[in-house]
Order: sequence, then C-alpha cells, then structure tokens
Amino acid sequence: MAQRVIVVGGGLAGLAASVRIAEAGLSVDLFSLVPVKRSHSVCAQGGINACNEVARQQGYSEYEHFDETVYGGDFLADQHPVLEMANWAPRIIDLLDRMGVPFNRTSEGYRDLRLFGGSLFKRTHFAGATTGQQLLYALDEQTRRYESEGKVTKYEYWEFLGPVIHDGRAVGIVAQDLRTMQIRAFRADAVVMATGGCGLVYGKSTNSIICTGAAAARCYQAGAWYGNPEMIQVHPTAIPGSDKLRLMSESARGEGGRVWVPGIKQADGTWTKHPKTGADPKTIPANERYYFLEEKYPAYGNIVPRDIATREIFDICVNHGMGVAGENQVYLDLTHRDPDYLARKLGGILEIYEKFVGDDPKFTPMRIFPAVHYSMGGLWTQFTKGSYNPSEPRTKHKSGAAAPIQAAVGQGMAYGEINNMQTNVQGLYAFGEVNFAFHGANRLGANALLSCLFDGLFSGMSVVNYLKDGAPSKAPAEGLPSQPYDDSVKAEQNRVNALLNSVTPNAEPETNPYAIHKELGVEMTAACTVVKSEARLKQCLAKLGELKDRASRIRLGDNASWTNQTLSYARAVQDMLSVADAIAQGSIQRKESRGAHYRTDFPERDDAQFLKTTVARWDPASRGALIAFEEMDHTLIKPAARTYGKVDKTSKKPEPAASHT
Amino acid sequence: MITSLTNAPAGPHAKELAQRAANRRNAKVGRTVMVKVQRCDGPGKASRWETFKVTTERGMNVISALQQIAGNPVTTDGKKTTPVVWNSGCLEEVCGACTMVINGKVRQSCSCLLDDYAPNEGDTITLEPMSKFPIIRDLWVDRERLFHNLRRVKAWVPIDGTYNLGPGPREHPKDQEIRYKMSECMSCGCCLEACPQFNLEADESKWDTSFIGAHAINQARLFNMHATGKELAMERLDALMGPGGVSDCGNAQNCVKVCPKSIPLTESIAAMGRAVTLASFTKFFRS
Ligand SMILES: Cc1cc2nc3c(=O)[nH]c(=O)nc-3n(C[C@H](O)[C@H](O)[C@H](O)COP(=O)(O)OP(=O)(O)OC[C@H]3O[C@@H](n4cnc5c(N)ncnc54)[C@H](O)[C@@H]3O)c2cc1C
Ligand code: SF4
Ligand code: SF4
Ligand code: FES
Repeated sequence: MAQRVIVVGGGLAGLAASVRIAEAGLSVDLFSLVPVKRSHSVCAQGGINACNEVARQQGYSEYEHFDETVYGGDFLADQHPVLEMANWAPRIIDLLDRMGVPFNRTSEGYRDLRLFGGSLFKRTHFAGATTGQQLLYALDEQTRRYESEGKVTKYEYWEFLGPVIHDGRAVGIVAQDLRTMQIRAFRADAVVMATGGCGLVYGKSTNSIICTGAAAARCYQAGAWYGNPEMIQVHPTAIPGSDKLRLMSESARGEGGRVWVPGIKQADGTWTKHPKTGADPKTIPANERYYFLEEKYPAYGNIVPRDIATREIFDICVNHGMGVAGENQVYLDLTHRDPDYLARKLGGILEIYEKFVGDDPKFTPMRIFPAVHYSMGGLWTQFTKGSYNPSEPRTKHKSGAAAPIQAAVGQGMAYGEINNMQTNVQGLYAFGEVNFAFHGANRLGANALLSCLFDGLFSGMSVVNYLKDGAPSKAPAEGLPSQPYDDSVKAEQNRVNALLNSVTPNAEPETNPYAIHKELGVEMTAACTVVKSEARLKQCLAKLGELKDRASRIRLGDNASWTNQTLSYARAVQDMLSVADAIAQGSIQRKESRGAHYRTDFPERDDAQFLKTTVARWDPASRGALIAFEEMDHTLIKPAARTYGKVDKTSKKPEPAASHT
Repeated sequence: MITSLTNAPAGPHAKELAQRAANRRNAKVGRTVMVKVQRCDGPGKASRWETFKVTTERGMNVISALQQIAGNPVTTDGKKTTPVVWNSGCLEEVCGACTMVINGKVRQSCSCLLDDYAPNEGDTITLEPMSKFPIIRDLWVDRERLFHNLRRVKAWVPIDGTYNLGPGPREHPKDQEIRYKMSECMSCGCCLEACPQFNLEADESKWDTSFIGAHAINQARLFNMHATGKELAMERLDALMGPGGVSDCGNAQNCVKVCPKSIPLTESIAAMGRAVTLASFTKFFRS
C-alpha cells in the first residue's frame, strides 16, 4: 500500500484538497455524507472575491483585499494567512476559469464583476446566481477525472465517526456506511477535515440539512482544539420558512436592493412606526419609506457588512417595533430596477423567492429577516508566517491608495510548511468552513468560497510535504499495529449498539432526538445570535445541561440494521451539543463586543483583554469546554475602530431577544 | 432571458403553474393533509403503502411534512412505524438530492409545496421512489449510474494541472449564457426517470452499453463547446456512438419537459446526434 491521504468532506475545500493532493501523486480516499456533487457548497449564490485588473487600475490591490478582510473580521483573524489568501485569490480565479467555470462575461468577453459588502471596489466574480454550484461542479469534474485514473477513491454515503489517533498523531478514521451500516477503520498517513459549518446547531438556518457540525465535534472530543466558537454569522437577509431559512443573497443588495420599512418621519428627523405598516408596499409613498441603512451609513448604505446590517434590521424590528406588518421582517426592494436586468443578473436567486413564497421580487418588495448563516469559528489550526514582516504594524490602508507591497507567493504564509492549517493534532488538518482561520469575528461576503479553495490548493501542499518529510515518512500508517484501529471500531460499534437497543414502543417524548434538536435550535437562536448577555447565556447553559442529560438517554424510533437514518441523526444531535456548549461558553467568557459577537453588557470592543483567540478544549470529565484566550497574530495591521462611516450616534443599543426567527 | 413584464406565468407549463398559484392562494394553514408513502425496507424486500396525517404550516413543503412525520411516525390506522427514509440536502432545489415521484410526477420534494398539490382539507399527496434506480430504502434510491455516465463522456476540461498558468479562454457573453444554462444540471435524474429508453439496470457491468441518458449527452455537448474541453471531443463522441449512445434516444422529449432547470436537452441531443453522425463518416472514410 502506497501512502494515502483521507479527505473527509467533498465540498469546495475537500475537492480542492483532493485534486491538489492527487495531482502530487498521492492516493486520496474521499469521504462524504452525500455524493460530493450535492455538498452544501452548491448553495452559495453570490460570488467569489479577488483583486482583478479592472479594480487594480482603479487603485485596488491584493493588499487592500487583505486589509478589508482583516478589518471586516474586526481584527480577530490571524493576519498572515489572510494576506496569503488575498495574494492567491487572482490565480485561483484564473484556475477556475481554465477549469471551465462559466463566469459571467462583459461584452468584450472578460470576466464580469459585481459589488459586494465590505468593499468600495468591484471585486466579486460570479457565475449567474449559482456561483457556488458552478465552482463545486468544476472541482467535482476534476475530481471525477482523477477518480477515472484511479487516484481518488470516493466513499459517498459514508459518515465520519472519528479520527484514529495513535501516539498523538492522526493515522486514519472510523466511518460508517449509511446504507449497509457497516463500521470500519481506514488507515491513512494524514486526515484532512473539510466538513463545513454547523448551522444545524441552530435548528433552522441558511445551511444545508447536513451541516450539523458533528464531524468537527468528533475531532474536538478527540482532542482537537476549537477556535472562536462564539463567532457565528447571522445573515441579514433570509426568507422565513418552516424547514429552512432560505438565503436571499447579498448580491441583491449589491445590485441595488434597498432595505426599508414603512415609517413616519418626525420633525426631529427620527422615524416612528407607520400606521399602515402591513399595507401593500406599492401604496406607501416615497417619503414614508424609512431607508434606515442609507440614512445611518451614507458611505456604504445598503452594502454595509453583514453584522451591521443584521443588527440594524434586528433593532428596527425588535426594539422599535417597526417591522413590516408588525412582524420580524423588513422590505428588501429591487422593484426600481429594470426587470430584464434583474432576470439576467439575479435570475436564480429571485426564482428561489418566487418558488417558495409565491411573489415575484421583480415587482413586489421581498420580506426578509436575519438567519444563522456561517461559522467563522471552527477547528483551531496553525500556520508558518511568510516573508512579509514589517517592523511595526501598519495603520489601516486607505482605500485606493498605493499598496505598501506587491503581491508575491510566500509573503503571508510559507508555502508547503507542514503545519499550515494543521490542527493541534499532528496529521489532522482542517480546511474550509470547518476551520477557524481567515474570517475572524465576521466574514465578508464572497470570501468563504475563496478560503475553501485557498485551503485546498495552498495547504494541500503542506499535507503532501507532511507525508514526505513528517512522521509518516518514518512510520507509515500501513505498518502500524491494528490495535488502535480495532479499538476505535469497537468503541463506535458499542455506541451504535446502545442507540439501537434504546428503541422501545413507549419512549418518553423528552428523549426523542427530534424534540431535543428542536429545543436546542430554539434556545441557541434566542441566546447565541444577534445580541447576547451574561444572564441569558447562563440560562442557555442550564438548558444545554438539561438537553445533554436527555440526549444521554436518547431513544430511537427505528432499530433497523439497514439504512437507519434515525441512528445517524440521533448520534449527530448528541455531538452537536458539544459544539453548542463551546459556542455558549465562548460567548460568556468573551466579555466584549466584536464583529458578529455582540454583548449588551459589554458593548465595546476591548483589545487590551480580548484581541485574542478563544480556544475551547474538550474536558472529558465535565463533558464541556475549557475556555482559554490565546495570543494571536496582529503584526501587520494595527487594530482600528470598525465604523464603516456610521453617522448616527444616538441609536439605542439593541436588547437581548427571546427569539427572532 | 425573461422578457414578460407581468406576474402571470408563461411558457409550456403556464396552465399548470396558474393552477398551482390558485391552489396556493386558497389553501388554509392548519388543515390536515394525507401523505401516502410507498415504503420498502431494503433491496429485494416487498413494497407497501403507509399513510400519515400532517397538519400544515405556512409555506410547508414535502420535506417539512416528512420531518413532521419523523417526529412521531404513526399511520392513519394508528400503527406505530419507523420514520420514512429519504434524501435531501440544500432544501432550495440546487443539489438534486431530494428527487422523488410526487403524485405520479418526478420532481424535487423540497420545492414541492403542500399548498400547491393538496390545497384542501383531507387532500392526499402521494410519494414514491424513482423507479429507474435501485432502491436503498423507502424513498432513497442509488443514483451512482448517473455519475458513472458522466465518466463515460469524460465530462471535464482536461487542464494541465493546478499551476498558475494565467486565465482561461475569453468567451462571448452569449456563449457564456448557453454554457451556464447547460452547466446548471444538478444530476437529479428527472430526465432519466421520465425517459422511455432509460431503464432500471442494477447490473453495473451493463451500464456501459445501456442508454446513457439525456443529462450525460448534454454534458458531452457542454464540454465540447469549451475551447479547452474540445480537446476530448472525439473521445466523447466515441462514447456516444456505440450501443447505449445518442442513437438509442427515441426522441420522445419527455426529458426536457421534466427538467427542473429547463436545460435544452432535446437541442443538446440533436446537436450531439449530428456531431456523432459527422464523426462516424469521418472515421469511416479515414479507415
Ligand atoms: C445559502 C448560502 C449562500 C452562500 N453564499 C456564499 C457566497 O456567495 N460566497 C461565498 O464565498 N460563500 C458563500 N457561502 C458560504 C460557503 O458556501 C460555505 O462556507 C462553503 O461552501 C463551505 O464549503 P466547505 O467545502 O467548507 O464545506 P461544505 O460544502 O459544507 O461541504 C462539507 C462536506 O463534508 C461532508 N461531511 C460533513 N460531515 C460529514 C461526516 N460526518 N462524514 C462524512 N462527510 C461529512 C459533506 O458531505 C460535504 O461533502 C454561502 C453559504 C450559504 C449557506
Ligand atoms: S428525447 Fe430521448 S432522452 Fe429524452 S426522454 Fe425521449 S428518449 Fe429519453
Ligand atoms: S438534465 Fe435536468 S433533469 Fe436531467 S439530471 Fe440534469 S437537471 Fe436533472
Ligand atoms: S434538497 Fe437539494 S434539491 Fe431538494
């Protein structure tokens, strides 16, 4: 057996890693809950950021992209990896272009660009209204090519149950076939986790139904650290729904969408609730429409970053009671734009609205409200700093000014170093949304697809070098004793047997996995999203304690030994609770407000104490998180206040919510 | 490109869409709907029907109905049973996972609203697995053959590797629009379920000689249109030339009618049919 790498997850990050590693001549075993082409990455609509020639000639640069990302993340991201990602972005777009991604084109045939939140330059590349789908397909096609050549072996409908760790090193995984229910161990010299985010911890979110975070939870419980768990992004514009909160892409704002509520302007310039707030929006005259984002943030207007837009929408609805029809919703209005133009630029995403709500957004303003969307936090990873190390951190870059450095490979991270995006467990890597890197306390729109691809393409080489020069070169996994593998299989088999034996005709409703998950979602949404407070978070921890207890007595409604989905679901619910606990604990201990993390009792950012990474370590004794704050890398840009040119200083601070979805 | 300036649905499905829209307006939240599911415990096992009662919520789709049932799976006869097994992912009709046969018609279940299909108190909605793929359990079928057929036509651009080699070929926006449309295929298999020439084939060794399906023919055309993808054009045509190739298509046009992404499948089939004919002539005269 030659050296092998296991990649868990076939979204953008996992496929990019598989292609890169296979290309270097190593064999890849690729695991996924679903056929990789159906991974969650297909949901991404808006686009992918990169510096480009047009923006460059207007003054934009890779450096500014780096600066925006750090600033957008409220300085919580380690800075060197962000610099390297921004530097690589243009070449990643080129590569996707060569793979045949149908990027939208200008009349001259160049790649078209759109404006996205957090930047004053057009730097977002897109393919219709389904950019993520198109990028994933391109990578899926390249993976299929390597599969045909025998270099990639797919294990689809296999669930990752945990890493096999031997002598402090990841040497394989245990997985279960979701059809036959067979559990077995797989040997590997390195394991790459690329299992995406954890939206399902919040019950309903914008994520796919498979984004439970359970795979990351299993690594965390096996000793991998979890970074910045409390940093959960809530997207400002989602469509309320009973199974899912479907995203209305930020590109709707980028293409001119205006956010407003009906209102009456008072003599002192403030706005109050409109008497006919639920009336047909077309009957509300222009001077009775309160465009609150445009008024408060004249420079950015409707394209302020997500966390700001989210809190403002939340504030208008929950604190000022000005939501449309008295409910938690505001208008996102595109009706002033040419319908043909909208159909061409946003066709796919507007169809989603029409399909699930019944109104055509080209003619009727959409009703939207914020929803949990992305986890900036995730498995904690390392990196080796690159060659750019100024003696003093620079001040914030002035938009459009000349960049202090010209982009070159290796300035941010040292290419090929084996610790890049490796967790604290040797040989266990984390790529894509599942890691905590790049996005700090808040992710800018259209930067996630980039970070997924960058991880796979850049740090894929680190995995290759780890096999060549690291521990596996001396002690390959194929030569290890079978005991650690057998033990891991046995432990998982026991867990499964216990779950199957729990089936009983008269189960207590409180041990039903669906009920536990539902209550978890409601609680987490109420306590750990837009606004948080110590009192509410403590209440949340108590609730989580109750749910953990109930989950330990969970009872299944199906004991089939063939294709038992309930089993897999219940097991994921149990593991999601450990992520929920880390989110809540991190939220309590970070006594400040930063990016997506907003504490009513500590409304200011506190760099002196909290310009640090939250690191959650699993404590088997308490079955919960031990939180510590660790030093991080802010050696390139000095932290500056994050204001996006807000003018209104009188706005009230939002109050914690019981529930807002 | 959409040019109509009204809200009224247009196109071949106008009547059906208008009916559904009317249903949606009249449907009441909180009514009872019967969900009739064809169930099967595994390959080789007999199928059976089970019916469940569901109380509707606003905007409820088939997925949330199945979720409601899973929480407490009791049939209308009061029999306690197991939760229904099905597949889903994105819940917004872009991943293709949740495809099944609903009221006799193949489609995605996530975008299927109960209000559209069962608008009245006591209405029944029927769910069956796709019939052209082997059953795994209940509504979950194994569509591996669909991906296998993408390998048959080498549905990829043969790039020189992931090195930094500059941008890809420039492309006219008109060509981009055509390629984008074709590239939206989410491998759902609706076109195969509806096709009279595509039949259930559990024996993998026969896949390479059985009808390849509209989706794969469309992908062959997509990559033959791309400046670099063309490199493999002859190999793709070879794959479409033999048994199970494009000439097996009986031109019934069912595929294009059920494709949820409105991919111009019959155009693709015609284009590839012509290309294959041309290629076989060339081959004949060369040999
Ligand atoms: C609605 C929506 C729109 C978005 N739009 C944009 C956008 O416009 N631009 C942008 O940059 N970002 C966007 N994002 C974010 C972006 O889509 C995601 O961050 C990104 O796709 C994550 O990719 P990934 O490869 O990390 O994981 P995913 O694509 O989530 O893939 C995870 C993979 O892991 C597998 N997996 C998970 N658990 C297990 C297990 N236990 N065992 C085996 N396999 C497992 C899954 O099967 C899957 O293959 C959007 C997100 C959402 C929700
Ligand atoms: S046109 Fe061809 S591929 Fe389409 S349904 Fe008919 S026989 Fe099948
Ligand atoms: S062509 Fe249409 S129906 Fe066929 S698999 Fe693709 S999306 Fe589905
Ligand atoms: S769940 Fe993805 S298409 Fe229905």
